[in-house]
Amino acid sequence: MSVIQVNNVSKHFGSLKAVDGLSFEVQAGQVYGFLGQNGSGKSTTIRMLLSLIHPTSGSIEIFGHTIQSNRNKVLEEIGAIIERPDLYPYLSAKEHLQLFAKLRSKKITPATIEETLIKVGLQDRAKDKVQTFSLGMKQRLGIGIALLHNPSLIILDEPTNGLDPQGISDIRNLIQRLAKEEGKTILVSSHILSEIEQMASHILILHKGKKLAEGPIQTLLDPNKMIVHLKTTNDPQALQIILSGSFSNYLLKRQEGIYLSIPHFEIPLLNEFLVNAGVGLINVESKNSLEDYFLQLTSNTN
Amino acid sequence: MKSIISFELYKIFRRPRTYIAFGAIAALIIVIQFGLKIDGKSYSDFLMKDINDTLTVDGNVLNGYLICYILLQLLLVHVPLLVALIAADMLSGEANLGTLRLLFSTPFTRTQWVLGKFIAASIYTIVLLIWLAFLALFVSMWVFGTDDLFLMKSNYVVLIEKNDVLWRYVGAFVFASFSLLTVTSLGFLMSSIANNSIGPIVGTMSAIVFFTILSTLNIPLFSIIKPYLFTTHMNNWKEFFDIQVNDNNEAITGSILNVAKIKTSLMVLSAHIVLFVSAAVLITKKKDILS
Repeated sequence: MSVIQVNNVSKHFGSLKAVDGLSFEVQAGQVYGFLGQNGSGKSTTIRMLLSLIHPTSGSIEIFGHTIQSNRNKVLEEIGAIIERPDLYPYLSAKEHLQLFAKLRSKKITPATIEETLIKVGLQDRAKDKVQTFSLGMKQRLGIGIALLHNPSLIILDEPTNGLDPQGISDIRNLIQRLAKEEGKTILVSSHILSEIEQMASHILILHKGKKLAEGPIQTLLDPNKMIVHLKTTNDPQALQIILSGSFSNYLLKRQEGIYLSIPHFEIPLLNEFLVNAGVGLINVESKNSLEDYFLQLTSNTN
Repeated sequence: MKSIISFELYKIFRRPRTYIAFGAIAALIIVIQFGLKIDGKSYSDFLMKDINDTLTVDGNVLNGYLICYILLQLLLVHVPLLVALIAADMLSGEANLGTLRLLFSTPFTRTQWVLGKFIAASIYTIVLLIWLAFLALFVSMWVFGTDDLFLMKSNYVVLIEKNDVLWRYVGAFVFASFSLLTVTSLGFLMSSIANNSIGPIVGTMSAIVFFTILSTLNIPLFSIIKPYLFTTHMNNWKEFFDIQVNDNNEAITGSILNVAKIKTSLMVLSAHIVLFVSAAVLITKKKDILS
């Protein structure tokens, strides 16, 4: 079942095309990663999903309803944090949860509020004013507000911003638990690619408002191809040699260093080719990560 | 809507800024009451100096009713500025803080949010006015006692019997609530345009000062627009204290000299409230929330 369906959505701010003809679909139970550099259109898209920004064209359906005509019904089933965790500095964590509980039609009991505080690790600071909180604590409270009414769809825009490594790990585990144990559909955006790689089952890569790639991570990351970073005794010469031969098809455009997207069985051949041409290979660093895939896509587009 | 109003009221009364207005009003009233208690005789002698030769006034002239009238004359000009502190911050303050996106992604329409916030700001305004009424009227009645209300107008005097005064104050405060709600709605409109707190607060205050000057200027060009300016009508609470007289020039108890003027003012103020709030709703509905 499709939870989110975005059809050819664009958003223009004057002459700037923040989002340009974007279409994608999120199925129930998926953890859907939204990837892109700063300014790629992630937050604009998320704001359109939450009807904070009106699309210039295109349509958005959530739970089978258009967001424009069934806004309240749709938003009742969504919990979201958008970019920074901006909250009321003069209120405590518990007051925030109590106040936001009033805005939901579902009955939220004091016990649920206590459970939420525990879930986000703020039970010991429940009565402290938010102005005394660190960025990470505010982020966790923001997540608490998003989860308070037990929504079916959770939209988290940069949820690990400002968190320490332990906090990041906790949020990652929380997201995975919500998806696996409670069957929630989660759309999570980030520019920290390793985070998305560990959390998401599907990804969408946005670049300059356009979709570059979409699909299950396993499909997108071809296990037969590796991204390698070469360190040689003479990089400029090595680059010339690669460009003149058949390996030039594997060369990735990067500002610095020599990167190739190459089948793993051809790496020894590349080594032999370079040595025969008089260039010594110092190191071959190989990866097959989302980060490299992302950089490969975006650098080719640039 | 009820949820939004209670949500907003909770926030308003948890903010330290809210109590600035209550503190300012209390401080001003207490200082004036203290001054008049200590040196009220000199003040009343000064007021009566022009008519002392032709009129003998007995009784407690400087009573609680007159003190309240003096206080209202002084304060109802400035209270709008205090109201603007909260009203003009209701939407723009949230945008500035970044919480507007949190609110507008809850299952309520933007119209519901704007109206809910306006009602909450209006409740704050009314509570502030009740506080003003309590201090200016009831505390003055308690400190200075009660007697007939003797008012010096520009070219005549008005004497209202003691038992004919209190209902006029009720009317005056109800009227004043319309004046202040007009300011609240203006602040709200300003608040819907901006994404920071200071601009709308200063904008509202500036608009009040600007239109007040236009309302008081006796230039024929401005006379055409004067009847339509809210500032022309804001101080017409004083009409409750102008009384009709019979053929013997005796005051008619329970009468008001110019009821039509009060009605017209209330209509103009109400029209402004509807206009400002409607504009705020339209602007907010069309707005992209980028903060």
